Amino acid sequence: MTTPLTQGRISEEIAERREAYTKAVTVGAPERSHPDRGYAPYRSSVLRHPGKPLVALHDPEAVELSGPVFGVTDVTALDHDLTRQHQGEPLGERIKVTGRVLDRDGRPVRGQLVEVWQANASGRYAHQRDDHPAPLDPNFTGVGRCLTDDQGAYEFVTVKPGAYPWRNHVNAWRPAHIHFSLFGNAFTQRLITQMYFPGDPLLAYDPILQSVTDDSARERLVAAYDHDLSTPEWSLGYRWDIVLDGPAATWIEEGR
Amino acid sequence: MSTTPSQTVGPFYGYALPFAKGGEIAPAGHPDALAVHGYVYDGAGAPVPDALIEIWQPAPDGSRRGAPGSLRRDPVTGAVIGRSDVGFTGFGRVGTDADGHYELRTMPPGGVPYLSVIVFARGLLHHLHTRIYLPGLTDTVTDPLLAGLEPERRATLLAVAHGERLHRFDIRLQGDAEHEETVFLAFD
Repeated sequence: MTTPLTQGRISEEIAERREAYTKAVTVGAPERSHPDRGYAPYRSSVLRHPGKPLVALHDPEAVELSGPVFGVTDVTALDHDLTRQHQGEPLGERIKVTGRVLDRDGRPVRGQLVEVWQANASGRYAHQRDDHPAPLDPNFTGVGRCLTDDQGAYEFVTVKPGAYPWRNHVNAWRPAHIHFSLFGNAFTQRLITQMYFPGDPLLAYDPILQSVTDDSARERLVAAYDHDLSTPEWSLGYRWDIVLDGPAATWIEEGR
Repeated sequence: MSTTPSQTVGPFYGYALPFAKGGEIAPAGHPDALAVHGYVYDGAGAPVPDALIEIWQPAPDGSRRGAPGSLRRDPVTGAVIGRSDVGFTGFGRVGTDADGHYELRTMPPGGVPYLSVIVFARGLLHHLHTRIYLPGLTDTVTDPLLAGLEPERRATLLAVAHGERLHRFDIRLQGDAEHEETVFLAFD
């Protein structure tokens, strides 16, 4: 009989990986925002990460320094409001999530596509393979899109997603989160990530969030509650800014 | 500025990210269109049924400006109807099926011999960049990336032609005893 993989064991591994990172930085290793792709506490990563180093490419003509564009035909005005996609109102705590998308020089990323998806307030995705026995909500799909404005700002109205169990280990629970997909001005700036909620007691237990071993980088995945964004008698407000990694072309093509 | 960390796309992106005609990058019925298909494998040689592949490429005339309209919407219902049958946006997105298989139809890229690829997957905490080099367009001696790779590494970036206008390109997220891992790229 195999020993069940407990949260205690996973939490030990999380602590070991974080200590190893902190120690490495202390003796001069660079700080890293992104997770190691091979992060064993997240068991699904074990066979799905490259064993060889990435090949660094310094080619000013690389196509990846440009990227896809999206426009008004790709998004409708209602897409940013996940509470208005069905005939009735979804159940749950109505929230607004807003922020800016910037490049690593702090410049706004304008007119680019932001996509989000999430579980409903009960912690269930509208996905056939999600077999968590929590209720589906006929008034909530959990998909949104918008284009950033001239300041790089985005905004979504939705309901706060619920936590849900998964099978990484026994009694594994994902903290509430919203998945974000972002495009910059170059394919090299592409980012898919997850936004978490402040004060969630599950944050410390989650190997996916904890795969970011740098403390301040991990905090950048947690939104801030912003009372000024809350709408009286309507919704609570969260602010979350996103900074895209990766270079963009220094040349600008005619007319872009 | 300090960048926002990546997180895995997870298992449940399927109703959010893939879109109608996501792999039909070429205009419908275009005589120059070519097909690329293949499998995504993990380090045990098992197909990955929950990977998402994105493609970006120049237009046949070499333009890298791209065009909106990949995710075109029905203005009445809001449904995603996908790109028009005549436009070319340079962007594609396809998920792997239950066999770990993907397929796309596109135009030959202008000015370069490759399609730029990003792979996302459940279990992959940070996406991976690679390239599909098309054999008929590729000079492995002069290409700045291919020229610097050992032959067995280089081979992982070269699509294999199966007849006219059909190409096979597999992606191995991790090598095993028998198979070379795909070359993945870092851009700084």
